[in-house]
Amino acid sequence: MTAPLLQVTDLRTYFFTDQGVARAVDGVSFSVTPGETVALVGESGCGKTVTSLSILGLVPDPPGRILDGSSIRLRGEELVGASEERLRRLRGNEVAMIFQEPMASLNPVFTVGEQISEPLRLHLGMSKRAARERAVALLNEVGIPEPAHRFDEYPHQLSGGMRQRVMVAIAIACEPALLIADEPTTALDVTIQAQILELLAQLREHRGMAVLLITHDLGVVAEVADRVVVMYAGQVAETGTATEVFGFPSHPYTEGLLASIPRADRSGERLRPIPGVVPAPNDWPAGCRFADRCRYAWERGAAEAPPLLELETGRGEERAARCWLVAEPARRHPPIVAETEQ
Amino acid sequence: MTRYLIRRTVLAIPLVLGIATLLFFVINLAPGDPTQLMINPSMRAEVVEQMRANFGLDQSLPVRYTKWLTAFVRGDLGYSYSYNQPVSQVIAQILPNTLLLSGAALVVAFVVGVLIGIVQAVRQYSLLDQALSFVALFFYSMPSFWLALMMILVFALFARNVWDWPIYFPPSGTRSVDFAQLGTWDQIVDRARYMVLPVTSLALVLAAGIARYTRSSMLEVVRQDYVRTARAKGLRERTVILKHALRNALIPVITLFGLYLPVLFSGTVFIEYVFGWPGMGKTIIDAISLRDYPVVMGTSVIFACMVVVGNLIADVLYAVVDPRIRYE
Repeated sequence: MTAPLLQVTDLRTYFFTDQGVARAVDGVSFSVTPGETVALVGESGCGKTVTSLSILGLVPDPPGRILDGSSIRLRGEELVGASEERLRRLRGNEVAMIFQEPMASLNPVFTVGEQISEPLRLHLGMSKRAARERAVALLNEVGIPEPAHRFDEYPHQLSGGMRQRVMVAIAIACEPALLIADEPTTALDVTIQAQILELLAQLREHRGMAVLLITHDLGVVAEVADRVVVMYAGQVAETGTATEVFGFPSHPYTEGLLASIPRADRSGERLRPIPGVVPAPNDWPAGCRFADRCRYAWERGAAEAPPLLELETGRGEERAARCWLVAEPARRHPPIVAETEQ
Repeated sequence: MTRYLIRRTVLAIPLVLGIATLLFFVINLAPGDPTQLMINPSMRAEVVEQMRANFGLDQSLPVRYTKWLTAFVRGDLGYSYSYNQPVSQVIAQILPNTLLLSGAALVVAFVVGVLIGIVQAVRQYSLLDQALSFVALFFYSMPSFWLALMMILVFALFARNVWDWPIYFPPSGTRSVDFAQLGTWDQIVDRARYMVLPVTSLALVLAAGIARYTRSSMLEVVRQDYVRTARAKGLRERTVILKHALRNALIPVITLFGLYLPVLFSGTVFIEYVFGWPGMGKTIIDAISLRDYPVVMGTSVIFACMVVVGNLIADVLYAVVDPRIRYE
């Protein structure tokens, strides 16, 4: 196996507020190898975004802080506790990020071109003219028609899809090794979503860039991800290749997520939403954090927090789930699908 | 943009006329008239009547209004009773002083206010933030004329006569008596020294309000996604704040520019009086007590025009700072 580009180990990012300590990210480990797409999946409030902000060192401090003992290594270099200056040189250069809301993520008072040129001039030391040429080429690469003309336009003159393309252009400007895409398609309508995903897939292929895709949309994950990290309540609930996780979900939470997506090939079937909501991050349950919402829950889950248990796939792939069912498989009822087809 | 400016300017004409009309009736309905200060008790009634007739005060109000309006639209502001000069000449002498004073105060107020607001927003809830908030509230709630008196007491009187400070400022006037003998550089320094106290008294009150406004606007903006984007690009914190955040935070602050002009001019009236500054404010007060109607009307109309122009400038500034605003 190749050396990982990004190795996150036991990441704990807590928010120290007046209402108590919110353990937004609570011992998360995963890795991304060069050129790979890893999807970080979970409901709102499970710690996906805080995880990604932690990688860039952008967690608002105070109240947030990455705890000692956490480790984020980029090509082996430790980023936790690295100087602000060092992190600043990585941001937008080695590690770039695109955000959920293209409407709000671009500065309304600067031209699109100015905003793309900024990282080029900052990290690559380009002249204004060189940056302009490069930015126009980037606009062209992300599929914006009339790029030279668009360069001088302001964000409000572009549609949502166009703005997200501009965000992508800003992110890939300095040819980062890792692109973190935080819900890049959530705010867009479906046809545009597909276009942006297609664009990301192309760029990844052409540039050999790794992508950490953060999303709650499993449809998106199935399309583009190599590996999946399912997060729940600040922890990793399940990891594995996309095929494994979708084909044979091991954690009841993953099962629940899959059962709550509408699917064209199973029409007439009722959707089964997961009951309840993610508990508040300042009040995680003591035992299994999913126990309250789990259809299999028994005494062990309420009493003891399960560790991330390795699963034997027999295919030599890294696979694990944070569930006592791995240890006691007999307690799993017949899967949801069989139950509903009547 | 040009068409918009022309339209706004044309629309400003009835506005200024309306203000002038209102003023005309208010000042003329006030008891007393200019002759009362010129006569003495031994004068015969016919003489007094003759004087009133000379000034045209024996005519009815509507007739006087029509006459005044006709002259006004032709650009004739009338003849001052007390200065014995055309009003336009009186204004020409004092307007530069007022523009200098209020212009300097406006610049100082915005520069100081915005800077303090940024510092407070960046260091929100810190001791510095709280201290600056306290100081800002202190000056915000203080009448500027009282502040002016305290400044004179401390920085002119005590500084020079009691504490023997190396630096003190003149409490009154616009320049030293030996101004004409000074070199160019010394002339500039001399004028600046005379401006320090009146400008500070005027600017501090405004700066305090601007700081409070900038702080909250800035706090609103730094939470925006595009500020996070700027950080994610690897920009220096200074660039993030002073370029990406500030430009957006200034948009609502520009509103204050238009709103504060009337406050500034009414402040000028008191400040000029306290510091013996020969400007529009001091002149208007003197003219009101002397019932010098043409001077009151002339200076008021100039003030009204400056407020109208100031608001026009504010609207243009909006379009300059915020590309989403386009005037058609």
